[in-house]
Amino acid sequence: MTSTADAPVATERGVAVEFRELRRSYGNTHALDGLSLALRPGELLALLGPSGCGKTTALRLLAGFDTPTSGEVLIGGRDVTGVPAAKRDTGMVFQAYSLFPTMTAAENVAFGLRMRKVGPAERKRRADELLQVVGLGERGGSYPHEMSGGQQQRVALARALAVSPSVLLLDEPLSALDARVRVQLRDEIRRVQLAEGITTLFVTHDQSEALAVADRVAVLNAGKLEQVGTPQEVYAHPATPFVAEFVGTTNHVPVADGRITPGGETRQVRPEGLAVGVPDGLAATVLTSTFLGPVTRLVLTTEVGELVVDATSRPGLPAIGDPTRSPWPRSDSRTQIQRLAGNGLRPPRESLE
Amino acid sequence: MRGRRWRVVVLVLAAVYFLVPLLSAAEFSLRTPGGGYGVGNYLAIVTDEVLFTSLLTSLQIAVFTAVLVLVLVVPTAVWVRLRFPSVAGLLESATILPIVVPPVVMAAGIAFVQANLGGPVFRALFASSATALTPFYVVLALPFAYRAVDNGLAAIPLRTLVEAARNLGSSLASALLRVVLPAIRSAVLGAAFLTLALVLGEIVIARILLYTDTFPIAVVEVGRSAAGVSVALSLASLVFTWVLLLLVSFAGGRRSRKASS
Repeated sequence: MTSTADAPVATERGVAVEFRELRRSYGNTHALDGLSLALRPGELLALLGPSGCGKTTALRLLAGFDTPTSGEVLIGGRDVTGVPAAKRDTGMVFQAYSLFPTMTAAENVAFGLRMRKVGPAERKRRADELLQVVGLGERGGSYPHEMSGGQQQRVALARALAVSPSVLLLDEPLSALDARVRVQLRDEIRRVQLAEGITTLFVTHDQSEALAVADRVAVLNAGKLEQVGTPQEVYAHPATPFVAEFVGTTNHVPVADGRITPGGETRQVRPEGLAVGVPDGLAATVLTSTFLGPVTRLVLTTEVGELVVDATSRPGLPAIGDPTRSPWPRSDSRTQIQRLAGNGLRPPRESLE
Repeated sequence: MRGRRWRVVVLVLAAVYFLVPLLSAAEFSLRTPGGGYGVGNYLAIVTDEVLFTSLLTSLQIAVFTAVLVLVLVVPTAVWVRLRFPSVAGLLESATILPIVVPPVVMAAGIAFVQANLGGPVFRALFASSATALTPFYVVLALPFAYRAVDNGLAAIPLRTLVEAARNLGSSLASALLRVVLPAIRSAVLGAAFLTLALVLGEIVIARILLYTDTFPIAVVEVGRSAAGVSVALSLASLVFTWVLLLLVSFAGGRRSRKASS
């Protein structure tokens, strides 16, 4: 997987963004360690990783809130490493609620236009238009503390878009919201992003969010890039053990001749790649059973250790404490196992070159 | 039930403790030389030119002091919170120093400076009450103003607001003026009115430095010759301070009422 193959060129739908060998150190701690990554014009790239992996640092360097120790940041092919935040032409939605508390929703949205000396009539027109876009056309006169968290983040999105920025930066904008609103707003962000065709960097630690919303996902670990690819590539073909562990749930299964066999070569298999109730499989006992809607997640104890299996929810699934006839690689998942084995979980450097 | 009774008892005792002296003072201030009651002492405040002039002088010093204190404190507190949060504790300790050093010691130090430093700048500085006292009242007001402003800043997501404003094209100064200051308006007003109250009550430094045309000193001087007028003045300034505090509460509460309506 090549992360910097595409040259940063401006297009009608958005501009390219590029990090070149970006480093940011705090004393002996390297928050970012040589990050090279390119965003294609108009794409939404999710920067995914655990807390402290450097994803927010990368976003802050792109926004101009921080200065890299070394390396370059390019927007539309222009080196903006030394350009102040106010002149970078980026729009940002923050993790914390960031609306200006003494201004109404409409005033918040119009703030950036006011800073650009746009006239009052045009400011109002644009604010009204964007509040309509985010579904809050009636709430222009509301103050931030009159609105729910989801509404505030919608206004923050409208505010970021009001100045027609080259790049949209989303710093975990959904993390403070409850589950239902998260999904709603996540889909709305994607809808607006596609409509505006704006290049977007979406920082998140939530893998399901990243996989659901992004054109491509970049996985960061300890300041280094582990893998960049489409959500499907990252999920199905993790380039490193870290990606395999961090993105989705992974079983470490000893496999010989396509069957789970104690002492076999260890493979990594997703929960949906295993089946329960196979007559000639290994003996297993259900430790926990969690109903997740379309699937039920079972944690099983077997002689090869604990295994997590996602079974299609249906009557007759074994309950907690029930013995069952072994998890078994599903016939349709053997290919995936083979493919995972074929990848050989290459080391990060090799996988990126 | 028992707890509620105790609360009532404590409330009544507190009311007696505060109200009895105030009511006694009010009764005393309304006495007339003839033995009856009247508002002569209060009218004397308005008609006494010396008192009125001293009040204007003190108000002028208060305004200068409040403006200087805010110009010093607000950007400093914001800067420390944004750029040097690790030195916040040190700065907080430093702002307490004017409370730790007794005013009489400070006044002695100032008197020494006044007596030993010449030059046109110092002569101009010490030429009038307003220019001479304002810098020292700024020092005295620092602990209260810093605490009030810093508490206001602690109550808002300062870094996020400033970064959001900068991201939208605002300079740091503009972000301070347009976003941060309105968000901490009641804290800033509180700091200003605390400064005002301090200036209207400060007597030690003014007396030692022989700037006797300020309002608190005029109150004491009047008290020597006309006790009734002095008490009326004290009550009037107390009411004035209460009104200011009410204005602060009103200004701080108006936004939330407006927002929640």
